[in-house]
Amino acid sequence: MKLMTLLTSSAAVLTLAGGVSAETLNWARAGDSLTMDPHAQNEGPTHALASQIYEPLIQRDMSGKQVAALATEWGPKADDPNVWAFTLREGVTFHDGAEFDSEDVVFSFNRAMSTNSNMKELLSSVVEVRAVGKYGFEIVTDGPNPIMAANLNDIYIMDKGWSEANNAVEVQDMEGGEDTFAAKNTNGTGPYTLVSRVPDNKTVLKANPGYWGIGQFPLEITEINYTPIKNPATRVAALLSGEVDFIQDVPVQDLGRVDADANLKVVKAPQNRVIFFGLNQGDADLTTDNVDGKNPFADLRVRQAMNMAINREAIQKVVMRDQSIPAGVAMPPFVNGWTEALDSIPAGNIDDAKALMADAGYGDGFSVTLHCPNDRYINDEAICQAAVGMFAQIGITVNLDAKPKAQHFPQIGNLTTDFYMLGWGVPTYDSEYIFNFLMHTKGEKRGSWNGTRYSNPDMDAKIVSLASETDLAKRDATIGEIWSQVQEDLLYLPIHHQVLNWGMANKVETPVSPDDRARFKYFTLN
Amino acid sequence: MDTLKQFLASDFFYSFRRTPVAVVSFCIAVILILSAVLAPVIAPYNPFDPATLNLMNGFSKPMEPNAFTGETFLLGTDDQGRDVFSTILYGMRVSLFVGFAAVLLALVLGVTLGLTAAMAGGRTDAIIMRIADIQLSFPAILIAMLIFGIAKGITPPDMRNQMAIWVLILSIGLSDWVQFARVVRGAAMVERQKEYVEAAQLIGRGPFTVAFKHILPNVVASVLVIATISLALAIIAEATLSFLGVGAPPTQPSLGTLIRIGQGFLFSGEWWILFFPATTLLLLALSVNLLGDWLRNTLNPNMD
Amino acid sequence: MFRFVGDPIENMLGQERTDADVERLRDQLGLDDPFLLQYWNFLADAVQGNLGISFRQGRPVVEVLIERLPATLELAFISALFAILFGVLLGVYTAIRSKGWLTNLILTVSLVGVSLPTFLIGILLIYLFAVELGWLPSFGRGDTVQIGWWTTGLLTISGLKAIILPAITLGLYQMTLIMRLVRSEMSEVLNSDYIRFARARGLSERTINFKHALKNTLVPVITITGLQLGSIIAFAIVTETVFQWPGVGLLFIDSVQFVDIPVMAAYLMFISVMFVAINLIVDILYVIVDPRLRIEGAN
Repeated sequence: MKLMTLLTSSAAVLTLAGGVSAETLNWARAGDSLTMDPHAQNEGPTHALASQIYEPLIQRDMSGKQVAALATEWGPKADDPNVWAFTLREGVTFHDGAEFDSEDVVFSFNRAMSTNSNMKELLSSVVEVRAVGKYGFEIVTDGPNPIMAANLNDIYIMDKGWSEANNAVEVQDMEGGEDTFAAKNTNGTGPYTLVSRVPDNKTVLKANPGYWGIGQFPLEITEINYTPIKNPATRVAALLSGEVDFIQDVPVQDLGRVDADANLKVVKAPQNRVIFFGLNQGDADLTTDNVDGKNPFADLRVRQAMNMAINREAIQKVVMRDQSIPAGVAMPPFVNGWTEALDSIPAGNIDDAKALMADAGYGDGFSVTLHCPNDRYINDEAICQAAVGMFAQIGITVNLDAKPKAQHFPQIGNLTTDFYMLGWGVPTYDSEYIFNFLMHTKGEKRGSWNGTRYSNPDMDAKIVSLASETDLAKRDATIGEIWSQVQEDLLYLPIHHQVLNWGMANKVETPVSPDDRARFKYFTLN
Repeated sequence: MDTLKQFLASDFFYSFRRTPVAVVSFCIAVILILSAVLAPVIAPYNPFDPATLNLMNGFSKPMEPNAFTGETFLLGTDDQGRDVFSTILYGMRVSLFVGFAAVLLALVLGVTLGLTAAMAGGRTDAIIMRIADIQLSFPAILIAMLIFGIAKGITPPDMRNQMAIWVLILSIGLSDWVQFARVVRGAAMVERQKEYVEAAQLIGRGPFTVAFKHILPNVVASVLVIATISLALAIIAEATLSFLGVGAPPTQPSLGTLIRIGQGFLFSGEWWILFFPATTLLLLALSVNLLGDWLRNTLNPNMD
Repeated sequence: MFRFVGDPIENMLGQERTDADVERLRDQLGLDDPFLLQYWNFLADAVQGNLGISFRQGRPVVEVLIERLPATLELAFISALFAILFGVLLGVYTAIRSKGWLTNLILTVSLVGVSLPTFLIGILLIYLFAVELGWLPSFGRGDTVQIGWWTTGLLTISGLKAIILPAITLGLYQMTLIMRLVRSEMSEVLNSDYIRFARARGLSERTINFKHALKNTLVPVITITGLQLGSIIAFAIVTETVFQWPGVGLLFIDSVQFVDIPVMAAYLMFISVMFVAINLIVDILYVIVDPRLRIEGAN
């Protein structure tokens, strides 16, 4: 044992000596960024890397609060609620030395709204963007948009001149088979510059000596080595052995081990993401059940019984090892519209649930298929497996079909699942975002993730009205009405809110941000 | 009775008795196979019946009462509150079923194609053996992943859990037949030259009667040896496929699925979730491999 | 098969996608075209050396493959080397000392090695050598050196350290196979009349063992090793996933999960070409090494 400790500590010394500058941070997570083009993919790890290099007009800090980035002031115009005006930061330069001004912002917004952009949904209400002098910028929307600012946190600003010079004006077109310069090269205004990158392997970032925020942010980390490590056990091994200093996705079962290590610690915080089951309650019959000519999920009593049957406490205690917050509503607590009452766990026990089933005429139960992802949410497959046992106790035989996300999610989009797991994060921190995607009747513009076949014209009208309601008190009241309708009709069976766990070397100091985004300029070292 | 006496007096049995490794592996293999077959009788719980599971029993240590429920389990429980001992027994059933069925498929396919090649000769022989060569160099797990991908697409969703097992059998079986075909063809080529086969053909026996009645008995030893080794390989292959996400479903796990799940708990201190299934797999594969070795040495078939 | 793996659209569009976006992109990528038409388009492009653009990385597939190839080939090469070297050495030893306790130990331990799935062996090695002992890295290739388009990890200390565990994991099965083959071939040759004559002539044991006996066992060893190269490349999928080794196997698994159809198609094509080449080389080697075949061929 002594020998082992000796060897381990000498290895630790070697690692320290290897990284000459103590400001280097070795960072690992499960997946890599997909592209360096900031408008090509609307995806977590891609934005996480891009946000070190590029900056939006308004950003969130580590607590999720909106703070100034490339814009110093913003708000709807007093005389015209359809226009948002921004004052841009002066004296900012891009990494290549070019000056930042309103032309770049207009260019970047137009690029983000172009056909091939993946970011355009966030700007769907925008009619026009225009420069007002060198440091003024305006967004014109198709109606008053009170929460415009919340949509801008991942709209990154590129240099117009650089993009034009390098043939990167267009967002990459996958069909054209062309390779764009912007997918591999960067030129942002952010705190770090891209030194080298081999996708899926290693990306090196260095502090930007000309950053405007020097003096305002800690900026203690001067070099970042980023490596994706796919296999969870290997990722934890790399943290335990000191090869990496920071991982964002520690499997819940390994938290104890990481925390117990003298050189490591775990920092946790609730995540802005809720996990729930969706039920096909709108169709006359289900394809995956054994009940002919009827849809058991259409009966509110069955949905209530199932909601009671989910033992959220057991899932929290055993499957999640306390790393989750049981949920009563399909909305993370960070979101405008959330109340403790809505999020209370449904009352009732297994016997009540059985009584409801019998009442509904399903005392002998029925069978149905549950579709689950197995590589998307924390312990997704294990949660579904546990749920299978819980539903079995009220007589529902659930066949579990767990598969990779690329096969799971299309089933929700094209309505080929009757019973599925879904998780939802809310980047705008507002209920409207949830309603638009999950509650509104499925259609061209809204309801694209509503796999429940639920359709309520009255509710749809209320959802649509939110977009242009400028009286915030009145808007909040409508949000409350919609939520009580959702809870009454039991559109979704909520399971829990995820908790984030970041594992890091003792020398690293940072809070955990609710959107799982590591903003390295806020990190400090001791 | 006489056959048994004859067998007990044979050189084969004598050699077996005198080889402790063979006796021990044989006993272990028999015990494991029997306990898998008798799982519903032996196992204290049925881990495949979700209604009997209590999630709160999850992560119980072996022989120690659970912190929430106070229940005690011989080898502990896994992340779903399943009794590890029962899950291993049931899981072994799945693994052995996949293994035996895959080997059987490979054997039937390989022997038939091998004999056909040898008896037909000429172009048929060339084509079959060329396919065998290609197949031999094309790795089993890639074939399995391809078949799995296709099967997953064409089976209805509620059938997939049952289908997974059959797809495993099909893919492992299809990638294992070449060895059988080669050995059988080689042996048949030699036998074909011998006088008794020519004689049989002269008295009007068709080529297939000759093949099955006269040549097959001569290659039984080789086939038995290959089958034994293939069985061990098939069980391991099933585990590997499970790691790549194309194995038995987690609600009806095989030994391989259990190991895949258990390896996630290697660092967290819940060693029993990995250790017991892995040890069982090791014992099973090792004893079958050692038996295969001994068979090869004793029967000494011509394996080229 | 690709349509059964999943729908790439879901990964290519974010959470905020509308149904209209899905339609547009499906149309753009030609995913709604009949399968045969899609396949024809792929072949037509492939012939011109254009394997398309990776859906996941937005880069030309050829570029991605070439970037990843050296890692896999180096790993395969080193593990084959490990397998042959130790396989032959241990095989010869166990054949010459066929009764010793060390021989029994080697044979048993090697069987244990092939009685556990590769991924578990890899994780156990990481646990022991990276986490507990801290001797070797748990993931990646270490520092690499660029030589033309080839990147090598074999010229740096960290690169050499990084390849040890993956190479052992990948080569263990082949090593056992070669060892057992050499042992049985060698025992057979050692008992043959030819060697008995050599002994009678008073040649030293060393000369007999290495010059005469070993030489005769090499033909089947070459064949098996050649054929096993295929499974080394395939099992690299598992090893690369466990060790985060940035080769084509890991690329394939990532592509399957993302439904990156162009990369999957290109990988399978690469593997097929590889196997045809291996088969050809083994056939040629066979003829060169074994004179009997040449005579047979002449008839």
